Amino acid sequence: MMSNLINSKILTLLKVQYSNMLEYRVEIALWAISGIIPFFMLNIWTNNNLNESISISEIMLSRYFLCAFFVRQFSVVWVVFSFEEDSLMGKVSPYLIQPLNPFFRYFAQHLAEQITRFPFAVIIAFFFFIFNPESIWIPNLGILFLSIISIFLSFLIQFLIQSIVACLCFWTEKASAVERLLFIPTLFLSGLLAPVVSFPQYVKSWVYLTPFPYLIDFPANLLSGNATNIRGGFIMQILWILLLFPLFKKIWSAGTKKYTAMGS
Amino acid sequence: MVKNIIDVRNLSKSFDISSKKPGIKGTIKHFFKRQKQSLKVIKDISFEIKEGEIVGFLGANGAGKTTILKMLCGLIYPSEGSILVSGNLPYRRKENFLKNITLIMGQKQQLIWDLPPIESFYLNASIYDIDKFEAKKRIKKLSVMLEIDDELFIPVRKLSLGQRMKSELLAALIHEPNILFLDEPTLGLDINAQRNLRKFLQKYNVETNATICLTSHYMKDITSLCKRVICVHNGSISYDGELDLLLKKLSPVKEILIVCRSNQDAIKLEKLGFSVKDKTRNEITIKVENNYIISTLKTILNNFDIEDLYINEPPIDEIIGKILIKKDYDV
Repeated sequence: MMSNLINSKILTLLKVQYSNMLEYRVEIALWAISGIIPFFMLNIWTNNNLNESISISEIMLSRYFLCAFFVRQFSVVWVVFSFEEDSLMGKVSPYLIQPLNPFFRYFAQHLAEQITRFPFAVIIAFFFFIFNPESIWIPNLGILFLSIISIFLSFLIQFLIQSIVACLCFWTEKASAVERLLFIPTLFLSGLLAPVVSFPQYVKSWVYLTPFPYLIDFPANLLSGNATNIRGGFIMQILWILLLFPLFKKIWSAGTKKYTAMGS
Repeated sequence: MVKNIIDVRNLSKSFDISSKKPGIKGTIKHFFKRQKQSLKVIKDISFEIKEGEIVGFLGANGAGKTTILKMLCGLIYPSEGSILVSGNLPYRRKENFLKNITLIMGQKQQLIWDLPPIESFYLNASIYDIDKFEAKKRIKKLSVMLEIDDELFIPVRKLSLGQRMKSELLAALIHEPNILFLDEPTLGLDINAQRNLRKFLQKYNVETNATICLTSHYMKDITSLCKRVICVHNGSISYDGELDLLLKKLSPVKEILIVCRSNQDAIKLEKLGFSVKDKTRNEITIKVENNYIISTLKTILNNFDIEDLYINEPPIDEIIGKILIKKDYDV
């Protein structure tokens, strides 16, 4: 009953946010294009034959970076910036006295944005295949299904991490500064710039214990058909979610007690 | 007997404020060591509000009115004391409590800017577990009451301020709350929009017996809606009681504008020893204590050739202005 009610709220939120996102279709197309870092990285890797050092073929590497692009498209999170702005402008106040945690709004906003982004991402992939026809492949349905789940879990991890950081807005006015600090390990350790397998052994030994490789590297390897520990990857993703969710709830509860409703 | 719906006992609220001295020296000092101090903005206040009452909170800017409303609706935690709103501790934000209240803050909006208000209404309906059929019925009823049925499908960004405010009100009332917290609800609205909003609130109060707590700097909002006012001065309550009593206490005089047929009569009247507020040619305005109005009028009418006569209350804004700067009222 309870979960049905929440589902119905989320569904309505999703529908409304999707309508809202469609108002910004040009911006979303531009955001989709702005996520092409993996293609630049692919260019750097292939032009310098760096793939030979990690025994990945050029084709598999290009598939990896295409998948990294896709994973990034559907797991990018900006909740800390939205929450910070809403918090400073006093917009959080009306949400706080509604019987639904405000983070559900941001959650639906992200999902709606991902749905809006999808066609643009497909068009970019289409052009990628025109220029790299040798990279065309069709993942089998089972792998595709698992990849979609792992991308969603990656999104959940990032959403939870940023939501925890966003809650710092209850104590500081510039919680996004912490997010900018977190962006550095996310960029370098997630697999966005290079597959984690290419990292030195001593880095790999600890980096797999952090949440970062499970944000891009694991789902991208899974989708592209590169060798990866599927069970281990999912276990780590779920473990991180189980760790981050109670942490978020705790910091949220403590934060709302500190809330001063400034700007309103 | 009408029951108390809001019960506040010895409520206090303090905020940590950091201060900074001007100039480079102050900035550098502030960077290394923040000077924080605890500022008590609400000081040990107690009051009760009965079900169905409309209570106006009056006070100067920064007196603490909005902070009180924020604590009553559970938005911020109290530092000391207790608050019970319809039997709930507001700051716990329990679902059944949140479904019973609403907070409207002038100029702060919850409507989605790029979509028509109807989308926000259905969203709010869903958040409050109202099914689509019921939501449709309520939107229809409220939009007719608020006279915004033609604007439901126009993007919020294209609406005028008055239309937006009415839409905000509809969004905030779709769950038919029993308790309304209104912080400057008519801020920025034109005179007609203000009057319509007041009419709507009166009707809502009569039809639903909702309790309304209101702050406003527009005195017309207070005088036309509230029988009872709570005056807040520097975080303390300086008066809690009927507005009429307060006005009588603060304004024991009436103004009489006398239009004489000749200038000489006006001059004679001026010399009679009345407290003269204004005099131009044959018109003279005098201030008379409420108890002496009839005897004064008799004297004037029997002894002077009067063309016309008006009895006025002093402007309400002037009286309320006194409230904002005084600490205590013993009525």
